[in-house]
Amino acid sequence: MPLQRSGAQIIWECLVHEGVTTVFGYPGGAILPAYDAMLDYPIRHVLVRHEQGASHMADGYARAGGGVGVAIATSGPGATNLVTGIATAQMDSVPIVCITGQVPSKLIGYDAFQETDITGITLPITKHSYLVTRVEDIMPAIKEAFHLAKSGRPGPVLVDITKDAQQAKAAWEWDATPVKMRGHRPKLTIAKSQMAKAVELIKASKKPVIFAGQGILQSGAMKEVRQFAERINAPVAMTLLGLGGFPASHPLNIGMMGMHGEAWVNHAIQEADLLLAFGMRFDDRVTGNLKTYALNAKKIHIDIDPSEINKNVTADAAIVADLRHALKDLLDAVEPGDHSQWLKYIGSMKGDSAVRDIQALPDNGHLYAPHVINDIWRLTEGNAIVVTDVGQHQMWEAQYYHHEKPRTLITSGGLGTMGFGLPAAIGAKMARPDAEVWAIVGDGGFQMTAAELSTAAQEGVKVNVAVINNGYLGMVRQWQEFFYERRYAATPLRSPDFVKLAEAHGLMGLRAEKRPEVADVVRRAREADGTVLIDFRVEQEDSVYPMVPAGADLDAMIRRPQQPPPSVLVESAADPI
Amino acid sequence: MHHTLVALVEDKPGVLNRVASLFRRRAFNIESLTVGRTDVPGISRMTVVIDSDQVSADRVMAYLYKLVNVLQVEDLRDVPAVARDLALVKVAVAGHDRAQLLRVVDETRAHIVDTGEQTMTLEITGEPPHVDAVISRLEPLGIIEMVRTGQVAMRRGDVGLSATQYS
Repeated sequence: MPLQRSGAQIIWECLVHEGVTTVFGYPGGAILPAYDAMLDYPIRHVLVRHEQGASHMADGYARAGGGVGVAIATSGPGATNLVTGIATAQMDSVPIVCITGQVPSKLIGYDAFQETDITGITLPITKHSYLVTRVEDIMPAIKEAFHLAKSGRPGPVLVDITKDAQQAKAAWEWDATPVKMRGHRPKLTIAKSQMAKAVELIKASKKPVIFAGQGILQSGAMKEVRQFAERINAPVAMTLLGLGGFPASHPLNIGMMGMHGEAWVNHAIQEADLLLAFGMRFDDRVTGNLKTYALNAKKIHIDIDPSEINKNVTADAAIVADLRHALKDLLDAVEPGDHSQWLKYIGSMKGDSAVRDIQALPDNGHLYAPHVINDIWRLTEGNAIVVTDVGQHQMWEAQYYHHEKPRTLITSGGLGTMGFGLPAAIGAKMARPDAEVWAIVGDGGFQMTAAELSTAAQEGVKVNVAVINNGYLGMVRQWQEFFYERRYAATPLRSPDFVKLAEAHGLMGLRAEKRPEVADVVRRAREADGTVLIDFRVEQEDSVYPMVPAGADLDAMIRRPQQPPPSVLVESAADPI
Repeated sequence: MHHTLVALVEDKPGVLNRVASLFRRRAFNIESLTVGRTDVPGISRMTVVIDSDQVSADRVMAYLYKLVNVLQVEDLRDVPAVARDLALVKVAVAGHDRAQLLRVVDETRAHIVDTGEQTMTLEITGEPPHVDAVISRLEPLGIIEMVRTGQVAMRRGDVGLSATQYS
């Protein structure tokens, strides 16, 4: 006779069988049966301070570790609080599974206490969702949820389980057969004609640029991209989420593209005759004005999601495939190329704007955020996992922390979710306890989810939190400076004493106000056992340069007002500060 | 340019909502949308007519395929297809209008499906332009109520979008 299990037990049985060891959640009435059963299973539960923290932690956990993150919440407000984290994961294609309690099935539709239509609310921001009202449907739903979250283009899946389904009992036996779904077939075959067209375009190209997107990390195609770039000898430009997918120090890496990308990269794109887009989606922050975007260039687009093809940019050759598989085929088909003239030309554009304006910051004794981030990069020797929030510090991180390895930059790209940084960093540390994890956040975004400091303290998680504190909602202030005549509507921000805030949580709090102090506080933070917060009091009205105004031509960049003097300085992580 | 998209979908709660939400979210206008059962239990068939260019129609198909409950999608724009729309129209029939109405019925293959004291209800079935044409002839008589099913369509010839492959 098969074993009998409650629905609540089946939830945990399924999670254990899916290899889950850590979940992030917050209990409540409709999920209480599941929480009661949890105590009997070998799973670490991280109690968050707000369910948004749970979905961001699951996200950071998935991005850092490469697996699936799990968040749990109760019905109603518990479920709706997950929403921002789910939307973040959807926009950045992150595999998370959210399990929510729902009111008993007989009460659905009657506006019961803490009832909300969470599958309806999350319909446009999930890859798929389930409303489970019968105990025997729990296992198939959770199995499919994990399968969907991580297959094809990854994304968030929500499983909403009624309280009565958790309480009911059913025969239990784990179904170890792989999930088979009639309507979801992410298996992809590469069209020979498109492959041949791509090979032809590559052969004909004199000025190619490879675009390295997040698909590289998700497909695990780091080696293939590198081999391919070296084979055809083409420059590689990075998207924000692609950073780390191709080593920053590689001679073919020309840097980040787009709104706050390197000027020479954006110019190179506008002059290129071929773009090879690897696992990226031509987001508007990458292209600027589409009408004037890369008009001289043919486009080869490789993406696993067919709906990305011809969405923003028309592809001359489109390969819908897992990037690693596609590149293996392409590597066999292309001849070695030589684009040294083109590379030399891009190098000449880089010229004295190399290492950007970090050299040109005024020597007025103030602390500049780019210096702080650059110093953290050097002191951690580029080996940390950095999780950012959203805003100026995020762009400075992308510019001044040079990532050599995949999954070492975790940032909310598509949705641009303030408040993401700290909880995602806690999740990242849970997935990679061996790694040094830094949360680089602004004073605005940090305060949106600062309560999760308490989670870090309770769980004994070690994350170094660098608050880039400029007393403004900095990126919005920058837009007001550039486009709204410096009318600083609602951007000046008064914050609590962050050092005392850390200390109130029983954590170490440090402060730096001048550049010579940076190395010392970073060293002390790294040496300390628990989570440490550093309050970096930086220049208040600094801006991120270059900047392509939203919707402007990609090469119409706002540059720092005083151009830096010519400089041949080359930095490496090993240089002394 | 009108595209008639035919989709086989799983008959599960919320599927219509998912499809409709997709069109709303991506800002595509639906001209008509019909759903009905197929010969296979658990599989429904949708016919969606949209007004869009070819590139957008291709994108809609790609988005539809992303929905887990969508099994197969076909665009009938460039293939020979049979399309049908059905309308029920309740028309006022006072005095001499009656003869005129009967003439319309006679000339257009419409059927009288109900007769009231002062109205007649007609059923009109055919290609959507045919239904449009009949309705425009009825308008001068005074339409009291009207309903249309929206278009259903099927490819001509021996090739079929079979639901049995998913049974």
